[in-house]
Amino acid sequence: MYQYTEFDKQFVRSRASQFRDQLERWQAGKLAEEEFRPLRLQNGWYVQRFAPMLRIAVPYGELNSAQLRVLATIARDYDHKEDNDLSKANPGLSDLKSLPSRCAHFTTRQNVQFNWIPLDKSADVMDLLASVNMHGIQTSGNCIRNTTSDERAGVAIDEVADPRPLAEIIRQWSTLHPEFAFLPRKFKIAITGATDDRAATAWHDVGLHVLKNEAGEIGFRVMVGGGMGRTPVVGTVIREFLPWNQILNYLEAVVRVYNRWGRRDNIYKARIKILVKAEGQRYIDEVEAEYQQILTHDGAPHTISQQELDRVSASFVVPASRVGTLPLSAMPIPTIDPADTNYPRWLARNVAPHKNPALRCVTLSFKRLGYSPGDATGEQLDIAADLADRYSAGEARVTHDQNLVLPWVRADELPALYAEAHAAGLAKANVRLLTDMIVCPGGDFCALANARSLPISEAISQRYQDLDELHDLGEIDVHMSGCINSCGHHHSAHIGILGVDKDGQEWYQVTLGGSDGSDLSGAAGAGKVVGPSFAAAEVPEVIEAVLDTYRSVRQSAGDKAETFIDTLRRVGHDPFKQAANAARTSTGRAAPQAATAA
Amino acid sequence: MKLIAFAAHTAPAEGQKDAISLANDVDPRTVPLEGVSRIDLNFPKFTDGRAFSQAFLLRRRLGFQGEIRATGDVLIDQLVQMQRSGFDVAVLREGVDASAAQRQFDRYKGFYQGDAVHVVPHFAEPASTLGPDAAAYAGELERQHSA
Repeated sequence: MYQYTEFDKQFVRSRASQFRDQLERWQAGKLAEEEFRPLRLQNGWYVQRFAPMLRIAVPYGELNSAQLRVLATIARDYDHKEDNDLSKANPGLSDLKSLPSRCAHFTTRQNVQFNWIPLDKSADVMDLLASVNMHGIQTSGNCIRNTTSDERAGVAIDEVADPRPLAEIIRQWSTLHPEFAFLPRKFKIAITGATDDRAATAWHDVGLHVLKNEAGEIGFRVMVGGGMGRTPVVGTVIREFLPWNQILNYLEAVVRVYNRWGRRDNIYKARIKILVKAEGQRYIDEVEAEYQQILTHDGAPHTISQQELDRVSASFVVPASRVGTLPLSAMPIPTIDPADTNYPRWLARNVAPHKNPALRCVTLSFKRLGYSPGDATGEQLDIAADLADRYSAGEARVTHDQNLVLPWVRADELPALYAEAHAAGLAKANVRLLTDMIVCPGGDFCALANARSLPISEAISQRYQDLDELHDLGEIDVHMSGCINSCGHHHSAHIGILGVDKDGQEWYQVTLGGSDGSDLSGAAGAGKVVGPSFAAAEVPEVIEAVLDTYRSVRQSAGDKAETFIDTLRRVGHDPFKQAANAARTSTGRAAPQAATAA
Repeated sequence: MKLIAFAAHTAPAEGQKDAISLANDVDPRTVPLEGVSRIDLNFPKFTDGRAFSQAFLLRRRLGFQGEIRATGDVLIDQLVQMQRSGFDVAVLREGVDASAAQRQFDRYKGFYQGDAVHVVPHFAEPASTLGPDAAAYAGELERQHSA
């Protein structure tokens, strides 16, 4: 993991003290509400339906065990729903008592969120976070957000180069950038160094692929203008190869052109994807011209020196305890009950290969009944910290799919890790299967949402608890968003579910055939809408009908069944649409169709 | 950075040559700057950040040496970024309490990226500012390589 320097540490502490200053001026009436709002937003403090939501930055998803323990403390000591005024509760939504609290939530952008911390405790929480070099800088607001990456960065077997040192250099460059703090809209960068895209780069404002050219030099393929929301757009490649040391100069050009020409008259058209779409080659030409000016006129001050790359890379060397040949553990290896059919499946699903053949990359599944997808209680965070210390050199990663990964696990310690993770309820063998759904917090928490997500995902998960059936269905991406803002990434799902509001009622639109751009899913693209939206009670029926159709028409090659997405592409959408529509009851039939794209 | 109270600020007159005011959708590279000693850049709303890029281009790209003045919806929490983008004078909006302004300038020891005024990014500054961690990890790197 990146090791914060004294400068880095001081910087985070300064930010916490700046936030306290702003909070106190607001509390004293010296700072107007509308002036405080963007300031708290740029520190991650939203105000949601009942309480503020805090979003904490986790640069490229990496957490150490000390940070996990502080998150556990915050969950236990501050994330209390009873400390908030709940009188605004909408009786149409879930019973307030059933809503989770005292827990952290992992997001699709590798961040961590809390839902119930009162604003008057916010500065105390920022100080606590700063004690382990964490913060909420630029996790909200119209600025450059936290840079995300591959959960297996640095350990993946399909990696061309470790993207983390460059992700860290980009993090530093974008942090409190004076020129780019008030852009037309938010701005998200994702970076991967692997051939299998686990970071959904095409769906970001800027997607970066680290690659090697024919001469063996490291550089980036640069995509600009991807994004979801009401207009899903896949990013456009504007540079096939940019030398690695020019990335900051180039990003400066990309963002400056956007700051000057991005639309500010209409919030729905303010993202860079709209500018890139509208201007096409003119946008690309202007970025190139600006980049050339930065190189020739400004002297390219942000050209990254080899020395700086080496300095940052030195933080990302293999942890000393994981270097070289591994002696067998002194710990007794627990015997796994041979009747435990979950264990071999866990090995197959939740354990990924590693650059070092003696090591494995293990996913702790936070998709299990009784908890919202991606939620972790204080106790579970502490357990995750212990597991990271014992089995993963003290390091964990938040995944795009809302789980935690332990990237440095010794192969001989897998049974011991399994036994502990299983006891904690974090060893469900469902990674990338149906119940490993991406789900946003939805209308239960979010002020923007049109419909709830959590009860729907719970109902679907309930229905598919049988591991045999789940494994028979195979790898499938089910993503769900409570509104068109698409935090649940429904556009990129094989089966997407989108909450829509009609006359004050919750309805759900189903899409089929979307892709996040991974090897499993193929080229990134948005799914197509099945038909008129469905009533909440119909959604699990619809999912079941679609999956039954898949099982009836899929082909097998040897002992390997054709995946859902491959089957859908081969036979087309029609049989799936018909099955979905047949699952309607009268309630859903009359609802008019909502369009996905503007 | 010099702060001016709203009442003490006078906008450049129409046709005035030495001081001009630019709307925030104007490309400063298209404006003749000969004889101009002051340029006012406007923030119609403090959330509209175009003037930051205008100031950067004026100061850094065009080498404008005169005064760059921030007008409009100017808040004290933006003064540091204004200064770093190339502004040297700001007109505080009417009713803004300036008492907390100096604290904003004193808070940070430095910033990561170079800007319009302090061009060199933190990483390109002399190694002595990097702290002990860098040396420790360079040592670790060497150890790994020789292992």
